[in-house]
Amino acid sequence: MLLEVRNLKTQFFTPEGVVRAVDGISFDVGEGETVALVGESGCGKSVSALSIMRLIPDPPGRIVGGQITFRGQDLCQVDMETMRRIRGKEIAMVFQEPMTSLNPVLTIGLQLTEALEMHLNMRAMEAQKRCLEFLRLVGIPDPQRRLSQYPHQFSGGMRQRVMIAMALICEPRLILADEPTTALDVTIQAQILELLKNTCRRLHVAIIIITHNLGVVARYADRVNVMYAGKIIESGFSRDIYGTPKHPYTLGLLRSVPRLDQPRKAKLDPIEGQPPDLADLPPGCSFGVRCKYAEEKCAQEVPSLREVGERHWSACWVADRLNKGARGKP
Amino acid sequence: MAGFSPAENRQTKKQDGVILEVRNLKKHFFLTSSIIVQKLVGLIKAVDGVSFSIRRGETLGLVGESGCGKTTTGRCILQLDRPTSGEVIFEGKNLAQMPGAELRLVRPKIQVIFQDPFSSLNPRMTIGQIVGEGPSVFRLVKNRRELKERVANLLSVVGLNPSMGSRYPHELSGGQRQRVGIARAVSMEARFIICDEPVSALDVSIQAQIINLLEELQERLGLTYLFIAHDLSVVRHISDRVAVMYLGKIVEITDRQELYDNPLHPYTRALLSAVPIPDPAVEINRAPIILKGEIPSPLNPPAGCAFHPRCFDARDECRREVPELREIQPNHWVSCW
Repeated sequence: MLLEVRNLKTQFFTPEGVVRAVDGISFDVGEGETVALVGESGCGKSVSALSIMRLIPDPPGRIVGGQITFRGQDLCQVDMETMRRIRGKEIAMVFQEPMTSLNPVLTIGLQLTEALEMHLNMRAMEAQKRCLEFLRLVGIPDPQRRLSQYPHQFSGGMRQRVMIAMALICEPRLILADEPTTALDVTIQAQILELLKNTCRRLHVAIIIITHNLGVVARYADRVNVMYAGKIIESGFSRDIYGTPKHPYTLGLLRSVPRLDQPRKAKLDPIEGQPPDLADLPPGCSFGVRCKYAEEKCAQEVPSLREVGERHWSACWVADRLNKGARGKP
Repeated sequence: MAGFSPAENRQTKKQDGVILEVRNLKKHFFLTSSIIVQKLVGLIKAVDGVSFSIRRGETLGLVGESGCGKTTTGRCILQLDRPTSGEVIFEGKNLAQMPGAELRLVRPKIQVIFQDPFSSLNPRMTIGQIVGEGPSVFRLVKNRRELKERVANLLSVVGLNPSMGSRYPHELSGGQRQRVGIARAVSMEARFIICDEPVSALDVSIQAQIINLLEELQERLGLTYLFIAHDLSVVRHISDRVAVMYLGKIVEITDRQELYDNPLHPYTRALLSAVPIPDPAVEINRAPIILKGEIPSPLNPPAGCAFHPRCFDARDECRREVPELREIQPNHWVSCW
C-alpha cells in the first residue's frame, strides 16, 4: 500500500465551537491507483487532503488523531523539515483555483524550477530542459516562450496544465487533485482529466481525486470513498458503489443527479433536508435525520464501517435493506 | 424561424402560441482606449445573430461554455442590456426598440432567477420585503394585509415556512436563498421566466430539490422557461428543446431527445461526449472526443466558422465562410457545412 490513512481526525477550534471537519476516516491508496473522495461541500474531503499534506493552518486547525502512513512513514509524526521534503517531491497537489495557487508575480519557469532546485538539486540548464519536457508533456504549445510568461497570460485550462506539470515534475508517487477541473469549462475539463489520467498511468502515479461530481468519479476512479459530515460512509470499487450502493446517502445522491442518457424527463429523487452543522453533530448517525430508511438505532449509535461485499464497506445499520441499485424503485 | 413548427408532435399540455421570438439578435460590446479621446480598439460580438422562438409552457435550454453569449442573450431579452440590433418579440411586441416607460409596464411579465443565491438578494432586506417588493411597487395588492398573505403564500409555494419572511438572507442556506429567488420571480404572476444558471452554485442534493421545484411550478402555474446553463445534464433534464451556443451563435437547436440521439454539429458531439455519466458501466464504453485547443477569445474569433480550429471534421469552406443555421432534419437546425 502506498498510502494508508487510519482513523484520521482533524478539528478546527473556533469561537462557535469545535468543528469536527474530519471525524475518523480510514482508506488506502495502492500504487498507481485512482481513488476518489466524493461528497458535497462541507463533508471534509478537502480538509482530508490538506491533512495528508500537513497543510492545515494551525491555529485554528489541527490533526488531533490517527495515522497517515505513506511508504511506511507516519506523516503525522514526522517533523516539518521532513514533511517539506516529501511535499512536492513524493506527494504533490493540484488545487482547484489555478489563479490563486500559482504565484502571480513569478514566471512559470521560475515556479517550475523552484521545485526542481529544492527537491532534485538540479542546476539551471538541466532544470530548464526538464521544465520544457514537462510543459510539452502536458500539452502546452510553444513551451520555450511560455517559460518566461506569467500566470495571467495563460487561460484557465492552460494554468491547470501548468499546475499538473508542477505536480508531476519531481515525479511523485501520489498526486492529490482537489476539484482540479470544477472551475473549467466542460470540454476543457475533459482535456485536463484525460491528460491527468494518461500521464499518471504512464508514470505509474497514484491519484486521489477529490470532487463532488459523480460523473467524473465514474469515469476516472478505480475506488470510491463517499464522505458525509466528516466521515467516510461508504467505500468500495467504483462499479460496486454505483451498481449496488449500500448506504442511503450514496443511493440518494445517485438518484438525485440528472443523467445525460436519461431517455425522457424522469423526476429527480432528491435527498430532503440540509447537511448538518459540523460543530453540532446530532447523536448517532449524522445522516439519520434525512434518511428514508432510518430506524431507532440510527439515532442512538454511530454506525461503524462494516463489510457489505468484496472490499466494499458501509457505515450503516440498515445497509442490508438496500438491495436496489440507483435505478431501482425505492 | 428556428424551432417554430406548427405541425409538431407535442404534449397536449403545452398551449399553442409563441410567447417569445428572438430574431437575429446581436449584442456587440465596443472596447475603447483612454477616457479623453475614445478610440475603438476592440469589438466583442458577444451575441452575433441569434434567432429562436419559445412556445407557451415550453422550456428552451440554452447551453454553452464560457464566452458563448448565453447569459448576454438572456440579459438582452430582459433588456438589462439593450441589443445592438435584432428583435425581441414578446407577446407580439418588440422589446428591443421599446421606450423606457412602455417597457416598465412589460417588465412584470418577464422575470429572472439568477445564479448566485448569495449576491442576488439584497442583504439589507428581509425575505418578506424581497418577495413583496414587486407586488407592492406594481400595486398588485390592495393593502398591507393582502401583501402579507401573498408573501406567505409565495413562500409556502416554494417550500419555505412563511415565518422565514422576517429573516435576512444571510440567515438562510444557499438552497433556501434560491427558493426565495424563485418566489420573487413568480411573485409578479409572470408567465415567462429566464433562469440563468439557477442551480450551478448549489450542492448536488440541493440542486435536485430546486430543479423539481421549478418543474412543479411550471406545471402548476403554466410557466414558460428559458433555462440557461453550462451543465448539459441539467439542461437536458429540464428542457423540451435545447439550443447549443458557441462564440455568440447558435450552432444547433432541436428537441432534447434528438440532441442526444443524433447530434449533428461537431461541437455538440464533443460537448456531449465530454460530459461524464455517473455510471461506470456506461462510461467504460464511451470514448470522449477530446477537442484540441482552447475556446477562442470573443475579441479575436477565427475566420469562417468560429469552431473550425478545434473541429475534427473541418473542411476548406469552414475556414472561409460562416455557416448558416439550416433545418437539416425536421425540427433540427444546425449551422455547419
